[in-house]
Amino acid sequence: MDHTTDPVAEPASFRALLEADERVEPRDEMPEAYRRTLVRQIAQHAHSEIIGMQPEGEWIQRAPSLRRKAILLAKVQDEAGHGLYLYAAAETLGVDRSELLDALHTGRQKYSSIFNYPAPTWADVGAIGWLVDGAAIVNQVPLCRCSYGPYARAMVRICKEESFHQRQGFELLYALAHGTDEQHRMAQEAVDRWWWPSLMMFGPPDDASEHSARSMDWGIKRFSNDELRQRFVDMTVPQAEALGLTLPDPDLRWDAERGSYAFGEIDFSELYRVIRGDGPLNRQRLAHRVGAHEDGAWVREAAAAYEEKRRAERAVPA
Amino acid sequence: MSEWPLWEVFVRPRRGLSHQHAGSLHAPDAELALRNARDLYTRRGEGESVWVVPSAQITASSPTEKDPFFAPAADKVYRHPTFYSVPEGVEHL
Repeated sequence: MDHTTDPVAEPASFRALLEADERVEPRDEMPEAYRRTLVRQIAQHAHSEIIGMQPEGEWIQRAPSLRRKAILLAKVQDEAGHGLYLYAAAETLGVDRSELLDALHTGRQKYSSIFNYPAPTWADVGAIGWLVDGAAIVNQVPLCRCSYGPYARAMVRICKEESFHQRQGFELLYALAHGTDEQHRMAQEAVDRWWWPSLMMFGPPDDASEHSARSMDWGIKRFSNDELRQRFVDMTVPQAEALGLTLPDPDLRWDAERGSYAFGEIDFSELYRVIRGDGPLNRQRLAHRVGAHEDGAWVREAAAAYEEKRRAERAVPA
Repeated sequence: MSEWPLWEVFVRPRRGLSHQHAGSLHAPDAELALRNARDLYTRRGEGESVWVVPSAQITASSPTEKDPFFAPAADKVYRHPTFYSVPEGVEHL
């Protein structure tokens, strides 16, 4: 079988690597469909990191203290860094970062739907750190063992940095939850807003997830969407208790038989609606991103012109 | 506008260790590549020295030739100390 014409045909060396649980590296032979799946997934992940800078970035100038401002600035800078690690990982598969950005800007590639929700109060910054970064960590930790080497290495770096993100969110919410009644209410409302969207970050339920089985077989994915979602719920419920806040699910209860928390049904029609583009802020997020890219054009041009000038100077010694 | 060239970044975590590959990035020139590398790969004191190398300048062995290329090392077991038998009770050898 020729893997250059049949996208799912597998070179024997590729299957041997998977079976030995070894990593596939950029110049190894791989099925074309594996390469394409990774490009799509890593790019979507990278886009999520940089679009994810927006809801919190809006709060940098409104942070209530210098301490909180410095923390938030560092976190948003980390998200930019995570985007760059991931774009670099995608580029090892033979695509160009500019192509990927173009695909984001023209809507051909997606980013995580969670960033289409607004952050109307300071408490939302805390809820994003605690719940959204918390869910992201649960999703990302298994990716550190992903079969594609450059992606797995980028994830190791990212996971190390994410835990600060989650903790600062938790600490921020804890301060509010133990503050005045009004602050407590603000914290509770933010958690009410972010709980269900965070659960949807794990994707559709297993029986409706199109690519899951193949991604599992290829070692890109290690656990199913529902397994990871359950892991997140089990981790988060006791943390909510420590915060003194409730999670907005009347069906949430400890299931002693399973040794896990049972939770209510998720309204996935909302997830599909947001993915289709009808979330609260899809258009604004993308327009902001495209605007930032266009506004930065002069910086890229100036840097290129400067290098051009110096190259000319080096060519003709004074 | 075409992309800025790609650079590979090598970071030395501390004195006494060698530089290790950390990842790659785009930059228009070597100086900005160094600054970008500092911002991207050493935000938490991960390094005290950074190298940047244009990715296009790296020559790599081919994975498909892996077996013949590295074969000469495989059949010389006598290069390893465990190849040699030592009488029982002999120490520091």
